Amino acid sequence: MSARIRSRLAALRTAVARAALPVAAAVTLAGAPLGAQESPVHGEGNVIQVQEETQLERDVRALASQLRCVVCQGLSLQDSPSELAQEMRGIVREQLEAGRSQQEVKDYFVSKYGEWVLMEPKREGFNLAVYILPMVMLFGGVGFVLFKARQWSTPAPAPADGPAEGR
Amino acid sequence: MNWKRSLIAFAAGLPFVALLAFGMTRDPNQIPTSMPGQDAPTFTLPVLNAADTVNLARHAGEVVVLNFWASWCVPCRIEHPVLLQAASRYQDSDVHFYGVVYQDTEDNAQRWLNQLGQGYPSLLDPGSRTAVDYALTGVPETYIIDRQGKVVFHRAQPITDLAEFIQLIEAARAGTLGPAGASS
Repeated sequence: MSARIRSRLAALRTAVARAALPVAAAVTLAGAPLGAQESPVHGEGNVIQVQEETQLERDVRALASQLRCVVCQGLSLQDSPSELAQEMRGIVREQLEAGRSQQEVKDYFVSKYGEWVLMEPKREGFNLAVYILPMVMLFGGVGFVLFKARQWSTPAPAPADGPAEGR
Repeated sequence: MNWKRSLIAFAAGLPFVALLAFGMTRDPNQIPTSMPGQDAPTFTLPVLNAADTVNLARHAGEVVVLNFWASWCVPCRIEHPVLLQAASRYQDSDVHFYGVVYQDTEDNAQRWLNQLGQGYPSLLDPGSRTAVDYALTGVPETYIIDRQGKVVFHRAQPITDLAEFIQLIEAARAGTLGPAGASS
C-alpha cells in the first residue's frame, strides 16, 4: 500500500470518528434518562407508580365496560364518546382510587340508575330468563329440526290393504 | 287432530306474544329512576356568576326544588316560564328553587338567563358529579326534596303544568308526597 493511500485512509478514519462523536454523545445523553427510569435501582419508585397507574386504568376499563352509558343507545361507558360517559368514567376512577372495590363502585351506579345501568343483568330471579330462554329455544329448535328431518327421511309405511303392491 | 296441534302451538306461542306485547308498552328511552324515596345526595356547589356556594344542608327542614338545565336544551326553554312562575309564588318561603347548569359554559348559561329571566340562583356542577349523584340522564330534569331531606319527586321531562307542579310542591311541604307515583 502506497504512502498516499495510507494517508488518505487515515484522514477518512479521522473524519468518520469526528462525525460519529456528536451522534454517540447525543445517543448517550438521550439514553441516560431512559436508562434511569428503567433501572430498578435508581427509578424504583417510578417503576412502581407506573405499574399502579396501569392496574388502575385496567380496572377502570374493565368496570366501565360493564356499565351502561345513560345517554346512549346500547353503549357502555367505555365505548361511549359522550361527555357524560367520560365524566362517569372519571367517577369510576375516583372511586377506585379512593379504595372502593369494583363491586362497591358498581353498586353505587346501580343505586342511582337501577339494574338497567349494568350491561349484563345479574344472573338471578327473573333475569335468568334472559340467559336460559335462548338456550331453550336453540335446543328446542334443533330438536324440532332433527325430529322433522327424521320424519322426512323415514319412508312412509305402505297402506294396510296395499293396492299398489299388486301392480 | 289438527285442532289439537293448533291449540298446542297457540298455547306455546301465547307467552312469547304476550312478552312482546308487554315490551311494546314500554318506552326504551325511558330510564327507570330510583331516586324518589332516597336521601337527597348532599352537595356544595358554586353559584353561577357569584362568589358564593350553596350547600344542600343549609336547607335542612325546608323544601328544595332542583332543576337541571342547559342553554343548549330546547325543552328547558319551554319549562322555564313555568318554573319562574312557581319560584315567584314561593319567594321568601320555606321552598327554595335552584337551577343546576348541566354541561354548559358559564357565559352561555348567563346569556340564556339574561334572555329568559332569572328568578332563582343557578349552580355550577363541574364534572357533572352532582348530576350523576342525582341519577341524571339528560336535561331538563326536576327534583323535589322534602323537609326530611328525601327526594320525593323526580321528573325526567319538562315541567309544563304549573297547577300540577304547585300541587306537588304543596304535597312535599305537607309531607304527603311519597315516592310512589312521584317519578315520571
